[in-house]
Amino acid sequence: MLNYAIKRILLAVLILFVVMLAMYAMVFLVPGDPASIALGPRATPELKRLLIERMGLDQPVLAQVYNFFRNALTGDLGFDVWSKRPVLQEIAEAFPYTLLLGLVSLAWALILGISLGCAAVIYRGSVMDRMLGILSVSMISVPSFVVAIYALLIFAVWLRWLPAIGAGEAGDPWSQFKAILMPAFAVGISWVGYLARMVRASMLEVMGANHIRTARAFGLPERRVVFKYALRIAIIPTISIIAVGLGSILSSAVFVETVFSRPGIGTLVTSAVLKRNYPVVMGTVLVMTAFYLMVVTMADLLIARLDPRVRDVLRS
Amino acid sequence: MSSAVESITRTLRSLIRDPMGLLGLALVVMFLLMALLAPVIAPYDPIKISVQNKFLEPGMSHWLGTDQLGRDTLSRIIYGSRTALSIALTATGMAGICGLLLGLVAGFGPRWLDSILVLLFDSVSSLPMIMFALAVITVLGPGTATLILVIVLISIPGYARLIRAQTLTLKNSDFVMAERSLGASPARIILVHLLPNVVGPLVIVLSMDIPVVIMLEAGLSYLNLGVRPPTASWGNILYDGYTALRSTPTLVISAGAPLVLATLGFTFLGEGLRDALDPKLQLRSLR
Repeated sequence: MLNYAIKRILLAVLILFVVMLAMYAMVFLVPGDPASIALGPRATPELKRLLIERMGLDQPVLAQVYNFFRNALTGDLGFDVWSKRPVLQEIAEAFPYTLLLGLVSLAWALILGISLGCAAVIYRGSVMDRMLGILSVSMISVPSFVVAIYALLIFAVWLRWLPAIGAGEAGDPWSQFKAILMPAFAVGISWVGYLARMVRASMLEVMGANHIRTARAFGLPERRVVFKYALRIAIIPTISIIAVGLGSILSSAVFVETVFSRPGIGTLVTSAVLKRNYPVVMGTVLVMTAFYLMVVTMADLLIARLDPRVRDVLRS
Repeated sequence: MSSAVESITRTLRSLIRDPMGLLGLALVVMFLLMALLAPVIAPYDPIKISVQNKFLEPGMSHWLGTDQLGRDTLSRIIYGSRTALSIALTATGMAGICGLLLGLVAGFGPRWLDSILVLLFDSVSSLPMIMFALAVITVLGPGTATLILVIVLISIPGYARLIRAQTLTLKNSDFVMAERSLGASPARIILVHLLPNVVGPLVIVLSMDIPVVIMLEAGLSYLNLGVRPPTASWGNILYDGYTALRSTPTLVISAGAPLVLATLGFTFLGEGLRDALDPKLQLRSLR
């Protein structure tokens, strides 16, 4: 187990290293120097020289690579080209909003998705099961930002029930709650369908197991068999799906945050891309990739601990 | 050759028998026709500006009204299907071919090459998709070519891993061993024996990824980071509609509907195809 953990963590570090190297190389692969691209066609030579100096582009390439890695490791991701603030600080301010949005979306999606999955198993083979199947697939394939815009139109513009933009007043939980309802609905909806399918599939696999047959032989009601005995095992694969799916939650969040002008990683990075604000884009990509790798690695280790079958495979 | 035709008709027949597959097929055929016949069925030029007609309500002359530049919304949506489908089909096709080649190389080539390729695949697929896309767009600048490149780069690892896994299993199967002991060249083994066996699953995964790509194209175009205006894309129309949401909600409503229907149609078709071609196959799609 320890060996596996060390190997898994080293792999994550190696991947992060490759990603950083690739990102750094990418800036140099494009025609034109980054400074003039960032400044646009109307830049004066003095302005350009200043930016080149600040970005360290006048130093030899190897020194630049070294500096890039050293700075990144010490948490120095450079400065926002426009606001002149440290990139790490901007990310640290935006991240909690996105994290909250992701967690709330996942929470309601988990509750509803697992319930729907269990319902499909209890009524398996019936019309209900088929309807739930079609519903899940439809939920998965609906683009989150279209859901967001439609919700905005219906609940903010027509009905005026919910605020159209922002994340609510600071220090006012009720307004923050109202502001997160629509974004969390839009981000979570495809996950409801996804989880319902996953839970149904892995549950059906578990339902053939011996201990389920024993539970049934004892005359336990089907509901009890499903919730008490099958779900416990069937839930394990869901953990890894959630971890890997973090990437897709993040992309939904990027689109949905923009629709609701909600502060967060999404609005930070999209406005940076539009303004060609390199340090912010690269910094955000780096931090989010590191975060993602960390979560996926932790999920893998958690599964190895929880699932005796995986543990045995690792031991042999 | 006749067996190929037979298997295709068999697949189609089981696809049509499934109501979801039939609905998917119908939607996809509808959008394909819409994209192909766009110049014939669109009532107006999709990029022709006519400022005096801006923000018209739906009516007899403009069925779905007009946008902020007086362009006919219906025509823009019809041409938008062209943008969506051509990008989705080009990008998934290119990614499929690259993934096929790289997967075969990784699975059949020397061990060291395999390790390097697998590390590369792992690195790319361990990036959150949207972050990778935004990084590439920042460097290359937004546009259709960048969009296609991004989609291809994001999708290759998944396809290559699938092909590699299949190749590794097949490489050690009895019939390949037998062929090799008879002195067949690696080229012959790959082309005659491996390729036909690995293409099937790839096609299923490709078809299931098309809706994801359509979604990504519309999403990035909505953020002004995809297809550049004035080209009609559902994402661009949604953005135009978003800025005029309070005054002219028809724009958003009529651009969102085809996007949802197209992703639904392709998803249903992909699911149907998977069930029809190989019920045992449990494949993960791009998301």
